[in-house]
Amino acid sequence: MDLLQFLINILAAGIATGTPILFAMLGEILAERSGVLNLGVEGMMLMGAVSAFGVSHATGNVGLALLAGMLAAGALSLVHAFVAISLRADQVVSGLALTFLGTGLSAVIGAPLVIVREAVARIPALPIPMLSSIPVIGPILFQQNLVVYLGFILVPLLWFLIHHTRPGLHLRAVGEYPAAADALGINIIALRYLYVFLGGLLAGLGGGALSIAIDPGWLEGKTAGQGWIAVGLVIFAAWDPIRGAFGAYLFGVLRRLPLDLQNPLVPLISTANNPTLGRFLDMLPYLFTIVVLIIGSREALRKRLGAPAALGVPYVRGEK
Amino acid sequence: MADRVIRIEPRLETTRLASVIASVGGLMLALLIGAALLRAAGADPLAAYGAILREAFGTPADWAAGRFYGLSDTIVRATPILLTGLGVLLGFKMRLWNIGAEGQLFMGAWAATGIALFVLPKDTPKPLMLTTMALAGMLAGGLWALIPGALKAWLGVNEIITTLMLNYVAFQWISFFVVAGPWSERGFQLSPQFPESAWLPRLTDYAHRVPAFAGLTAHLGFVFGLVAAAALWLILYRSRWGYEIRVIGDNPQAARYAGMNLARNILLVMFISGALAGLAGMSEVAGVVHRLQDRFSPGYGFSGIIAAWLAKLNPWAILLTSLLFGGLLVGAKQLQPTGIAFMLQGVILFVVIGAEMLTRYRLVIARHQAVPGGLGVPAGLEITPTDPPTRGEG
Repeated sequence: MDLLQFLINILAAGIATGTPILFAMLGEILAERSGVLNLGVEGMMLMGAVSAFGVSHATGNVGLALLAGMLAAGALSLVHAFVAISLRADQVVSGLALTFLGTGLSAVIGAPLVIVREAVARIPALPIPMLSSIPVIGPILFQQNLVVYLGFILVPLLWFLIHHTRPGLHLRAVGEYPAAADALGINIIALRYLYVFLGGLLAGLGGGALSIAIDPGWLEGKTAGQGWIAVGLVIFAAWDPIRGAFGAYLFGVLRRLPLDLQNPLVPLISTANNPTLGRFLDMLPYLFTIVVLIIGSREALRKRLGAPAALGVPYVRGEK
Repeated sequence: MADRVIRIEPRLETTRLASVIASVGGLMLALLIGAALLRAAGADPLAAYGAILREAFGTPADWAAGRFYGLSDTIVRATPILLTGLGVLLGFKMRLWNIGAEGQLFMGAWAATGIALFVLPKDTPKPLMLTTMALAGMLAGGLWALIPGALKAWLGVNEIITTLMLNYVAFQWISFFVVAGPWSERGFQLSPQFPESAWLPRLTDYAHRVPAFAGLTAHLGFVFGLVAAAALWLILYRSRWGYEIRVIGDNPQAARYAGMNLARNILLVMFISGALAGLAGMSEVAGVVHRLQDRFSPGYGFSGIIAAWLAKLNPWAILLTSLLFGGLLVGAKQLQPTGIAFMLQGVILFVVIGAEMLTRYRLVIARHQAVPGGLGVPAGLEITPTDPPTRGEG
């Protein structure tokens, strides 16, 4: 294996690995843009993952499975929406509660699924004709799983929605200056519910993409912190889908690195003879998230591009 | 229907009674919701709750016969929840979200293990050995928490994510040492056993004097928790520093104007918070397992967060809530699947923060014209436009 082949492999695998986080991060961007911080992404992803895997196991229909995963996570997000938006409880604590709830509930639901060993229907990979035969770029971008392409489509779509459409303008207004949005007749409560729910659907999509496409199977705590990483990436992304996509894919590469370096055929840097180094490489994605957060926070300070101004603040008409 | 409107209004004051009622009522409601979820998942909720109670606290017949195994096991499980809960509680008081108690606990356990196995000789006197282990555990947990603390204090980096990410790094760190690493015993995924000088005294060690103690594994770690609770209460409510912490939590702007040093307080609070979690780790390896294992904690650090919140951040009330969650863990151990304890904790936390809002706000049913309802909004759940503007809280 030459170095170029190794790089192609790891980039392709990294993009696939980063896709579930990408979905969850896009969802969190929408929720936070509307002014609602939802720290329950990890719990929602887990519910999405277990529901999608369970439905796929029961019916063999991957479309239905993905939908089930999205709806399960969406339902969970509405609990947070009710407590945080209508009851105006502390969003940090409510989000934490959501993660605990999702983690526990998914473990309870998923207990009989852990032992499933037979093949469960999964979303297939699909090389795109013509494009996939381009050297270097083809194998990296166009010989991927279907969900990866869905990610390629969603990123520019959401970017366009947020920055160049009327609903996007309303979304930003609700998150930046809800009182003004309210005066314009925008229904703030309804929009916040809507975007928290969309965020839940996307987190569920991320969970489903994980359990029936990218890394098929179910284990308790399957996401291993990916939901939290998605929340962290939102800050690095400066609430922008395109910037966030780079973060998610880069994260995917780092997550694949320990696995791919174990291959003794990798030139120069194989860890096949050095398993302890692998343990430290396993830390990389998490350390990377911290570094990325530092970068994001520094930049936010310098350029004054920061969180939506009303992030985490319940809206009460007449209160500032 | 058209002329009646339910409004949410802030209450002028929250009575202690109302807040206790909200907590207890919330707990009841949470148990009901939990029962519904258990039923949906195919389990028998009454049998499950009954089993939890029996396992965790024993039956009157057990008590009459002088058997307190259930209660003792509950105390064992409550100990790390209490210590980590006290740690995060201190942070939460100044709205510093340390979600990394689990990782800090592991680092504390790691440092204590290092002292017991590799630094001090086997025949070190017990008090010296245990004190050194406790200090090392606290130092390691505190320093681990100081990383996100420093990032927050000096660079303004969100501590929720960083504390959480460091959990995973800590798990890998322990794995590196214990799983086929330098501390692994003959390839098993655990360290060698500690010498007996590094075991925390347990009740059963005194069975020769009090026969009823025989077989009870509750250990000195719980006393650490009691002392820490008292110390925290003194700090928070009887010291100038505690006053600063509470002011910063309530109103950081005012605190800054009053000349309080935010960065210094963040660093101090994070260190103490992590140190308590580290002590929990030390007490767990020295009091229960007597060696370091991969993933020996079933999420004590997370349960501590919920226990702290359920206790309304009161250092005495957390004694009760950690015993409650300890009991839940002991009881749920017998149940399949194991996620039930975590699920119930999540439901409890949700319902309690929801119920808490009812103590701060009240529902007022008033006559009014129809108010347009929107998607997912309970009809009329808005302050009416005719209300005079009220001054914002923040």
